Amino acid sequence: MQSARLIEQPPGYAVSDLRSEQEQARALREAEAARLRAEHRALVARIAGARDRAAFAALFAHFGPRIKALMIRAGADHAQADDLAQDVMLTVWRKIDLYHPARGSVQGWIFTIARNARIDRLRRGSARPYEDVEALELASDTPDGEEGVLSSEICEHVGAAIATLPDDQRTIIEYAYAHDLSQTQIARRLELPLGTVKSRMRLAYGRLKDRLEELR
Amino acid sequence: MNVLHHLDDATILRYASGDLDEAFAVVVASHLAMCPACRRAVRLAEELGGSLLEDTEETALAPRALEQVLARLDTPAPAPRLAEAEPGDVPQPLRRYIGPRLDDVPWKTVAPGIRRHRIRTGSASPLYMLHIGPGKAVPEHGHGGAEMTLILSGAYSDALGRFGPGDIADLDEHVEHQPRVEPGAPCICLVATERPTRFKGLVSRLLQPLVGI
Ligand SMILES: [Zn+2]
Repeated sequence: MQSARLIEQPPGYAVSDLRSEQEQARALREAEAARLRAEHRALVARIAGARDRAAFAALFAHFGPRIKALMIRAGADHAQADDLAQDVMLTVWRKIDLYHPARGSVQGWIFTIARNARIDRLRRGSARPYEDVEALELASDTPDGEEGVLSSEICEHVGAAIATLPDDQRTIIEYAYAHDLSQTQIARRLELPLGTVKSRMRLAYGRLKDRLEELR
Repeated sequence: MNVLHHLDDATILRYASGDLDEAFAVVVASHLAMCPACRRAVRLAEELGGSLLEDTEETALAPRALEQVLARLDTPAPAPRLAEAEPGDVPQPLRRYIGPRLDDVPWKTVAPGIRRHRIRTGSASPLYMLHIGPGKAVPEHGHGGAEMTLILSGAYSDALGRFGPGDIADLDEHVEHQPRVEPGAPCICLVATERPTRFKGLVSRLLQPLVGI
């Protein structure tokens, strides 16, 4: 195991090693994340190919508790969040043939299904506009040709790119996605004018997009 | 379609994270139906959601959760909804509100040369379509809140440039503009506005019925 190297420090360990050690730790995290993503793609392929229930159980064990946490932060109680986690993963099972690796990662796809469930069920809103766009994309044989392909190279660097954002921008991104806060709620929570939240969002996404599209 | 005016980055992030209400989501989705570049930008923004979902702390599921969901795998799924195949010039996400053809919209005249059709949604933000005659100018107006305008047919110009089919004017409340429709053909557009929190004065109050609120 690579990680053993990090735990057993050589006796002459010096401050100057710290930087490279942090870099090593980050490299390890990224390698682990890449391994997980590959594993999720393999699980999805097994479900799509053979309706493999063991593969589904593994995917459920990984994403179920995360979806539940997301729903609780969005205002669901435990029972409701359990229901929603099950429903989202049931949708994953039913729509498995619609997952296309060229369009993005498994975690990104599952996020969209969870988001739509959250809008429909917790917000009493409508996820139909999202579903219509999805149906349009599916109607075209290729994922928008070259333009539509999100390479695994890009997907694998999303987490690292988020980590490089300045704190004030990263916080807003996390509030928006992981805490289901609206722009107005974020402004209130951070005691900032709405315009400031908007411009930080714009800066954050602009920066992420630039970084990631360089990998295209 | 040669789209020149795209969604604001903050809007892409809000759409991907699920923060837009139905009226705005319909306008964004209709632009996406016409714009591969913004579709890609949205998918990238959805990857942010995927990454944050992956990194989120976990909440333990109910003890029998796996058993329960496995038992549901064989229950028949509702039939998948297929994309509307009927020919028409209305973008797919708008069709469930007004049908496939712009010619069939039941316009109501609200001012000389300006017709409007309100669309009912589940959200508080007004959503409506405007049909503005050739050469006609909409009086200069600011907004009580954000305003999003998607051009479906024809074209107009204002200080921000020329807006033709597929283009979207994604404006926050500080922008004032005075669109003028090009001669030759009417301009048909889809508009979502935030319910204004304040009325600036008599002039804007007079304009409210005109611009749709
Ligand atoms: Zn666009």
